[in-house]
Amino acid sequence: MTERNPFFAFALGLWLLVLAAVPAGAVQPDEILADPSLEARARAISAGLRCLVCQNQSIDDSDAPLARDLRLLVRERLQEGDSDDEVVDFIVARYGEFVLLKPRFSWTTALLWFATPAVLVAALVLIWLAYRRRRAGSTGLAPLSASEKRRLNRLLDEG
Amino acid sequence: MIAETGHYALILALAVAIVQTVLPLLGARLRDPQLAAVAAPAAQMQFVLVTIAFIALTIAYVTSDFSVENVWRNSHSAKPLLYKISGVWGNHEGSMVLWVLILALFGASVAAFGANLPRQLKANVLAVQGSIAAAFLLFIITTSNPFARLSPAPFDGEGLNPVLQDPALAFHPPFLYAGYVGFSMAFSFAVAALIDGRIDAAWARWVRPWTLAAWMCLTLGIAMGSWWAYYELGWGGFWFWDPVENASFMPWLAGTALLHSALVMEKRDALKVWTILLAIITFSLSLMGTFLVRSGVLTSVHAFAVDPARGIFILAIMGVFIGGALALFAWRAPLLGQGGLFAPISREGALVLNNLLLTTACAAVFVGTLYPLALEALTGDKISVGAPFFNLTFGPLIVPLLIAVPFGPLLAWKRGDLVAAAQRLMAAAAVAIGVAILLLAFQRRGPWLAPIGIGLGLWLILGALSEIAYRVRRSGAGSAEVWRRLRNLPRAAYGSALAHAGLGLTVIGIVATTAWRSETIVALKPGDTAEIAGYELTFKGVAPNQGPNYRERIGIFAVARDGRAVTALLPSKREFTVEKSATTEAGIHASWRGDLYAVLGDPLDDGAYSVRLYFNPLVRLIWLGALVMFAGGAVSLSDRRLRVGAPMRGRTKGAPAAASK
Repeated sequence: MTERNPFFAFALGLWLLVLAAVPAGAVQPDEILADPSLEARARAISAGLRCLVCQNQSIDDSDAPLARDLRLLVRERLQEGDSDDEVVDFIVARYGEFVLLKPRFSWTTALLWFATPAVLVAALVLIWLAYRRRRAGSTGLAPLSASEKRRLNRLLDEG
Repeated sequence: MIAETGHYALILALAVAIVQTVLPLLGARLRDPQLAAVAAPAAQMQFVLVTIAFIALTIAYVTSDFSVENVWRNSHSAKPLLYKISGVWGNHEGSMVLWVLILALFGASVAAFGANLPRQLKANVLAVQGSIAAAFLLFIITTSNPFARLSPAPFDGEGLNPVLQDPALAFHPPFLYAGYVGFSMAFSFAVAALIDGRIDAAWARWVRPWTLAAWMCLTLGIAMGSWWAYYELGWGGFWFWDPVENASFMPWLAGTALLHSALVMEKRDALKVWTILLAIITFSLSLMGTFLVRSGVLTSVHAFAVDPARGIFILAIMGVFIGGALALFAWRAPLLGQGGLFAPISREGALVLNNLLLTTACAAVFVGTLYPLALEALTGDKISVGAPFFNLTFGPLIVPLLIAVPFGPLLAWKRGDLVAAAQRLMAAAAVAIGVAILLLAFQRRGPWLAPIGIGLGLWLILGALSEIAYRVRRSGAGSAEVWRRLRNLPRAAYGSALAHAGLGLTVIGIVATTAWRSETIVALKPGDTAEIAGYELTFKGVAPNQGPNYRERIGIFAVARDGRAVTALLPSKREFTVEKSATTEAGIHASWRGDLYAVLGDPLDDGAYSVRLYFNPLVRLIWLGALVMFAGGAVSLSDRRLRVGAPMRGRTKGAPAAASK
């Protein structure tokens, strides 16, 4: 493997590029809206939107230029008078569902949302079944018969 | 020459690992004690060989031998010595060598300290351990040779990724791997028990210390990673729910469950089948963690290897070991049989609840981490699963678990008295609820759930104290008697109380900093003052500085509180000349109230700098709690019953079997 793999080099380069964008996150002073309630709404919306070039980081936390563009876009829409949902819809229409850190419920994400409750219910049922079988097993033992009792007593006497 | 020695040692280690796998298995099968006895020296030999390989690689790094490709790609002559050494595992190939080294260390420990293990069990355990080593050595030698040479040798190296040049991250991987790989012990014991078709309480006594040691290392490893993220990534967050973090968190959750279920198995001979399954699951999750990080399936802050061929190889390793172990489980587990009976309200019942909630929480993390990958692979749809999803699914499972924790140790085995346990926890509950109500009344901002979270953390800490207090004071003992009991209480009791209290500290830290952190983002010119959480910070300007392998701009902030000088904060931006990338070093002032956290941003047009200031209340409790959990594990591990008891019992049980051979 002395030959340098071009794909690796490309990936590494791309990676360093992303890393260069990672440090020192978030909102710049010049982005902040004058109206505090509008700004608070912008922050809340931003926290749920993914920075597309980062790894599970919200645009609120990210310093990537793209995240800044999205933050500015969110604030622009809010100043235009959009509701929170309208802003999110606007962004999703342009960047796809991928931008949402909390995936919307749909038939493709139903399994995602139901998996955990399903595991919990299945585990509860299994525990209940095991418990019932166990208890049935313990009381299901037949009591000693008369001859067994005699034999037991004889063994105990001998011991 | 040194690199070739290392390479050769790796190949020899592979050969030894194959011997370690095949001969003892045959020996155990053919009841040939001499074949079975090969396991121990083979395991020790393997450790020696992998150590030679690791030392060879370390020498190549320390001496900056750039004729070794791996060194050239990940090191630089100007790098400080600590990062030359940590560079050994700061890359794909080297980190896999570290992985195998730790695996070999665990195997050699069994060989060294396992003199009292039943012979057959020991042979099988070391054989399974050997097969894991063989698979990973083959992986290293065929796809990830760290000793490959370059000719001609370059003049200097390309340097190590700057964000990895940090003390916490230098030691994060060794601890994380010790945790991951440590769970291989539980796995090997589980598979060995399945091969034997036999399992008893002594088995759990043997597995528990190894699992505990692995769990401690993993706890510390995760805490270090989170601590690093907190101060290095520059926005004061400590957990991203990033897939790579989740990859280490899942084995932790499953391992925590395993520790508790092994307890039931040891003391009560119950939950045998489940404990075996959990041991397999825990190590499978560790393998999956390795796969996720090493295969490049995810690209994130931590994933520094991108090569699909490797991914497929690790996937094959996973398939063989997980699939094989589960198939063996399905075939042999029915042989293991049922154990002791218990009522739903009992110590066993509480531990079943613990396992139910922990494994379901683990499943939530699993689904959230892998679903986007699976969906993209199957349909091409890309979705993101982030913090809001995990808060909604993971949170509701963990809260009842935290409420239940203090009850567990106060319930008796077999049949417990919930009312009596509740009475003993009355004081703890009263204080926790009282504090929550007070906080709720005086809280000016933040979610109403926050005071409840703090109360929950207090409940865990006070509940742990109540348990110790109950144990030493029951039936109205005098002070001399209390003192005597305090000294005689088994260390394991202190260990679990410490671990539970540590969890409480972490919960308080997480809740406080998430709910009540304050933040100011301002543009400051030299001489300007900003205020946050009662501190006034005056920006004095920016000074340049030259580090060993970077240039930095240091922002100078004088911090005052109520007009009195407190400290100076020196956040900086470092530019690494070789690697051509930058890192942010936050300026942090810690106090008992929390951390004052300053980040220097970019210069703006008019001579001002964008500056981010945070106040993170009680944030250090997160990591302090992890340290206390680690200490709890250490105290428990030092319990004589755990150390000496198991081998002694193993000997008395093993003696007749050995004599009959």
